[in-house]
Amino acid sequence: MRILALDSSGLVATVAVVEEDKTIAEYTVNYKKTHSQTLLPMLDEVVRMTEMDLTSIDAIAVAAGPGSFTGLRIGSATAKGLGLALDKPLIHIPTVDALAYNIFGTSRIICPMMDARRNQVYTGLYRFETAFQVVEEQMAAGVDEIVEKINKRGEPVVFLGDGVPVQEQYLNEHVEVDYLIAPSHLNRQRAAAVGTLALSYYKKGRLESAKDHQPDYLRLSQAERERMEREKAEEKNVGNQDD
Amino acid sequence: MKEKKDVLILAIESSCDETAAAVVKNGREVLSNVISSQIELHKLYGGVVPEIASRKHIEKINQVIEEALKEADIKLDDCDAIGVTYGPGLVGALLVGVAEAKAIAYAKDLPLVGVHHIEGHISANYIENKELKPPFICLVVSGGHTHLVCVKDYGEYEIIGRTRDDAAGEAFDKVARAIGLGYPGGPKIDKLSKEGNADAIAFPKAHVEDGPYDFSFSGVKSSVLNYINGCKMKGDDYSCADIAASFQKAVTEVLVENAMRAVKEYGMDKLAIAGGVASNSTLRAAMEKACEENNIRFFHPSPIYCTDNAAMIGVAAYYEYEKGVRHGWDLNAVPNLKLGER
Repeated sequence: MRILALDSSGLVATVAVVEEDKTIAEYTVNYKKTHSQTLLPMLDEVVRMTEMDLTSIDAIAVAAGPGSFTGLRIGSATAKGLGLALDKPLIHIPTVDALAYNIFGTSRIICPMMDARRNQVYTGLYRFETAFQVVEEQMAAGVDEIVEKINKRGEPVVFLGDGVPVQEQYLNEHVEVDYLIAPSHLNRQRAAAVGTLALSYYKKGRLESAKDHQPDYLRLSQAERERMEREKAEEKNVGNQDD
Repeated sequence: MKEKKDVLILAIESSCDETAAAVVKNGREVLSNVISSQIELHKLYGGVVPEIASRKHIEKINQVIEEALKEADIKLDDCDAIGVTYGPGLVGALLVGVAEAKAIAYAKDLPLVGVHHIEGHISANYIENKELKPPFICLVVSGGHTHLVCVKDYGEYEIIGRTRDDAAGEAFDKVARAIGLGYPGGPKIDKLSKEGNADAIAFPKAHVEDGPYDFSFSGVKSSVLNYINGCKMKGDDYSCADIAASFQKAVTEVLVENAMRAVKEYGMDKLAIAGGVASNSTLRAAMEKACEENNIRFFHPSPIYCTDNAAMIGVAAYYEYEKGVRHGWDLNAVPNLKLGER
């Protein structure tokens, strides 16, 4: 089985072709150029270097959120276009799960943190027992909330992701358990991890059509959020008048 | 004589609030034209919300493309190129269409042709007017654009006039909001103005002193708002229909005057209009009358090709394709793309 995997959820653009027993190719760039300019040329390079016939892939996996809204859509639209043109299914991989999957076989709790701005991180908690397990599903949360969960568990932890350098001081001051920060080769999105995780999704039949796929932002747009707050406030006012 | 092979282009448009795909044959024949409009969604906010538009585009885009192929009764393998709008427009919205188009073109090994959105609007005139060929003058009026363009040849443009502030359609939307008509304002003002007196209120015309072909709509918009405020302060009643009709007249007159001046100055015998506001009935009637009086042939697309659509992008892509224009896999969305840039 052969999976083409894409991740453009954060600053990193990464493309990989993964099979059960090995990664055929991975191209990862952590540079300021927009994903719109990098992602497809990177895929083209991977295909040419490996002399791959694109029709030989079984599915297209994409890190489908959370992440930068625009970045997610570039990844998803690319995956949807490829899926439509090649008539292949898509595999929707939660971004934070794939990030956690960079770490393997540790007895520590794995805590990815992506910078989500507005003083939040996209995070979750994961562990390996006999297999990779989701302890706390991916979420948008304040760093204090996730650190509180970690402290309550009391188990050693490993942090990774682009939210870690942003929150380093907070972690330093508030994490009460033994913790490590993953090194450079493991601490950002990598499409090989997305693709490898997708292999298990494929075997479980967790596929979707290119037509139905859309990112999972974990957040409403600002306009929707403000409208809901406004409506809530209006409801409250109406309720108060009734009293 | 050897017959030229037909050229089929699949075109994608997602620059604002319509997700659209179309198949166009030889640049003139529309085989399908599918539009998924988001207007209802944006009405809740009184205008287009970029993030919501982008989210809706990604949700709908494959469905729209599949429908366009089905309606045209062709397969992707039958296409000769993929055309896509890459600017101007909302960057997040544009990126969905651009990334999708690139991936399809790449996977099918098809040429990719990026199209300027305004070039698309201008090219919409070629669909129903088979005899229309450059050179001609085109007035592009929509919610985001007001341009007076000299179309010298296919794909060759000289912008001779533009708005200094609001786009014409934007002024329509703002005035519509002020008199409680809601979004989108253009069609609503057009309808209401039929019940009003266009000479009831003298709003200033949108002329610009130092630019014979330029426009300025913020002044007329402000004077409408001032008029309403004045009436409210004095406790006077005012007629929304009269305001709509008088405002529309003030805008229309300057659009017609500048366009006719350009046609004469550039020695043209053809004038076309394009863009969402080109379906405004008062503007059409006034342009038609002025052209008739000056012995100029007048062209305009049907309303379905005035609104944002992908058929017009397919037409523009065809002429670019024929010129040999090809874009690379690094094509990016360019929100402020200039007409004539490649």
